[in-house]
Amino acid sequence: MGVTMNRRDFIKVVYTAGSGLVLGFYLPSTNKLSGKPLSSALFEPNAWIKVQPDNIIRIMVGKSEMGQGVLTSLPMIIAEEMDLDFSKVVVEKASANRKKYGWQMTGGSNSVSGGYKKLRQAGATAREMLVMAAAQEWGVSKSECKTKNGIVIHESTGKELSYGDLAEKARNIEVPKKPILKDKKDFSIIGQNVKRTDTLSKTNGTAQFGMDVQLDGMVYATVVHSPVFGGSLKSFNQASVRGISDIIKIFEIESGLAIVAKNTWAALKASKQIKIKWNQGEAAGLDDEKIRKVLINASKKKGSVVRKEGDVKKALKSSKNIIEALYESPLQAHATMEPMNCTAYVQKDKCQVWAGTQDPNGARKIASKITGLSKKKVEVNVTFLGGGFGRRAFNDYVNEAVEISKKMMKPVKMIWSREEDMQHDYYRPSSVHVMKGAFDQNDNLTTFKHRIVAPSILFTQVVKIPFPFKEKADIIAVEGAKHLPYKIPNMQVDYQMTKTPIPLGWWRSVYNSQNAFATECFMDELAEKSGKDPVQFRLGLLPKSSRDAGVIKMVAEKSGWNDFKNGTMYQGISCHKSFGTWVAQVARVSIENNKVKVHEVFCAVDCGTVINPAIVKAQISSAIIFGLSATLKSKITMKNGRISQSNFDDFDVLRMNEAPKIHVYLAENDKAPKGVGEPGLPPIAPAVVNAVYAATGNRIRNLPIQLG
Amino acid sequence: MSEFILNINGKQKTVNVDGDTPLLWVIRDTLGYTGTKFGCGRGLCGACTIHLDGDATRSCVTSIDMIEDDSEITTIEGLTEDNSHPIQEAWLEGDVPQCGYCQSGQIMTASAFLDRNPNPNESDIDSAMKMNICRCGTYPQIKKAILSAAKNKVSSNGGDHE
Repeated sequence: MGVTMNRRDFIKVVYTAGSGLVLGFYLPSTNKLSGKPLSSALFEPNAWIKVQPDNIIRIMVGKSEMGQGVLTSLPMIIAEEMDLDFSKVVVEKASANRKKYGWQMTGGSNSVSGGYKKLRQAGATAREMLVMAAAQEWGVSKSECKTKNGIVIHESTGKELSYGDLAEKARNIEVPKKPILKDKKDFSIIGQNVKRTDTLSKTNGTAQFGMDVQLDGMVYATVVHSPVFGGSLKSFNQASVRGISDIIKIFEIESGLAIVAKNTWAALKASKQIKIKWNQGEAAGLDDEKIRKVLINASKKKGSVVRKEGDVKKALKSSKNIIEALYESPLQAHATMEPMNCTAYVQKDKCQVWAGTQDPNGARKIASKITGLSKKKVEVNVTFLGGGFGRRAFNDYVNEAVEISKKMMKPVKMIWSREEDMQHDYYRPSSVHVMKGAFDQNDNLTTFKHRIVAPSILFTQVVKIPFPFKEKADIIAVEGAKHLPYKIPNMQVDYQMTKTPIPLGWWRSVYNSQNAFATECFMDELAEKSGKDPVQFRLGLLPKSSRDAGVIKMVAEKSGWNDFKNGTMYQGISCHKSFGTWVAQVARVSIENNKVKVHEVFCAVDCGTVINPAIVKAQISSAIIFGLSATLKSKITMKNGRISQSNFDDFDVLRMNEAPKIHVYLAENDKAPKGVGEPGLPPIAPAVVNAVYAATGNRIRNLPIQLG
Repeated sequence: MSEFILNINGKQKTVNVDGDTPLLWVIRDTLGYTGTKFGCGRGLCGACTIHLDGDATRSCVTSIDMIEDDSEITTIEGLTEDNSHPIQEAWLEGDVPQCGYCQSGQIMTASAFLDRNPNPNESDIDSAMKMNICRCGTYPQIKKAILSAAKNKVSSNGGDHE
């Protein structure tokens, strides 16, 4: 969907307004103005807004709620332009409908940044039509009317009509071509710490996740996948689970073996007990050493150059002052708290799906393909997501549930065990980063070279084209490295693409997590070599008024960087821009029993206009803690083509007693709002690693941190 | 398959399940209280935490045949009817949840803990809560909410704890 409102579409939806789902709500029987029955009086100026005659205003959210707060922040944008009383707004999750809601894929930290203008226009349009309706009713000019808290007021007479009173009349008002947007100084909702709309249901157990869907006549299923990636089912021994009485059916599906039972426990128990033989897959024999060897070998060859300034080769040749470093980062799992699951009900002429998915339209497409039903006959209901972080952008689990339900012709709730979830993720790829820097005689940095070596998520998992790819550069793989903000005369970034049989996926902040680790740790090495303070060194390479310099200065000031002295604690700084947002962090650590303890993290954020400061701060803090798990504790390893980790005992993540105090500062300005779900993550590993160097003199170039 | 009688959320329920069935699946599949979550199946993450006679208990590793006849089971649905537990109120006030999946377990662990230790310090809270995982990393918000709930509880009870 474009940024500007398409007038023809707009009128079309106005005329089909009667189909709006208003069931289950109290409706007064007649309209106050016209006396007509209210069923015909719903004002639905666009896909997102429904004004009911009983003055209930419903706002649809076309993005998936996975904790990042879209169920609050997106309606706030509409409510601002519509002048609503936000506490009275009813927020609803939209089902998959690309035509109506546009791009529903929730990822890339783009829900607010991508929706801001569009949702403001939607709200402003609705408001203007309601004002016009009131002006007509009173026979006055619309310029004499103002709006407040869902009411149109005629200023000189004090007459008032609620939006609900005006709903029916507003349906016939011509759609304004250019609705007038508010001045930022008049905002009363955007920029406020509005309470989240989903907190109550997440505090009393009523929030419905995919896991919680219950249907009449439902059966329960789980799936066992080939332990080796690319493997396939050879045979299974039904007799090995004979003792489990509640088993209904066991059969092969595309991705493995489906076990259907009368309850979840029987299915899960059978999945652990059943004897299965697998054909070895493509990844047979793969282990960490082999994965690393592929990367290291590739790192010796020049990759596809994505950035080139000056002459790096010449500069390196002529300099006597060169430093080099090799950074490595491991595979990571998402390990969302809610294991993958989906409920599907395939019938002869329709298919219903309930899923916590980041890609509802992708799910709809998959279900349509499996069932052979047209997309119109496939309904995808998006539940709350028990964590996403990129994992739920892949609908493999939806595929399985639909396939199983099609076979059973019954409603099926399909749930993976934690072990299947951990071992059949779409992993953040491991990567190698070859860094080189050179100085002139006066210790000024003249040259910076970064070679990224990693498989491409885009080409192995999403576009799926045979290796070697014609496309040598993957713009996603070089995110955060290509656009390094520092002004250095000779600069080169190249990308060496490798191949892997391991399923790869978007992991919170994607390649920014690895690229920031390598670049910002190396910046610390360069600062030391040049004999400068790491903050001053960075500022010296940045334009004074740049937003990069802005967040660095802010975090240095707020953390008291210059004056910090503490016998046992040490500090490190880093700065990284991703998804349009600049973030700088200072981490304070101590070493206790040869282990790193992160005590405090200061974080400055410039994401432009802030919709909801409390949600932004919560997201940044969340990303820091997610990133700390990967910095200090978790990694995925492989042995014999299998993932070695299986649950939270061997994939250990950060706990409350390990979480630092986090201080987030927002650099408020009038620029367009940018992402906040991911940008807090990339700077944390380098900030901590740099602090560990300050504490120990030990350069950590491989995560998670292990002190020798 | 055997018959079991459970006292859950103040009601008596009769269920017919295998004796080795974890309480989690009886609560979720058989009784339909879906507020209690499945996270790991091995007692490692805390998402399935309920109260068994007032004690925070991992329902995914507690089989139904281990439950005494007179035991009282409380799930998030039975903690209060109106979200009025000091922990729930503090959660609302602090907008603690993000994705929310682990929060029933966090609330059940925190509420049982606060009953035993009505006036905890941060380190007490760390020890009590460190076995409950939250991948969204809401730990700072949880800690703050527990401290605030303790404070409110103390003031509403006039400093006198049951």
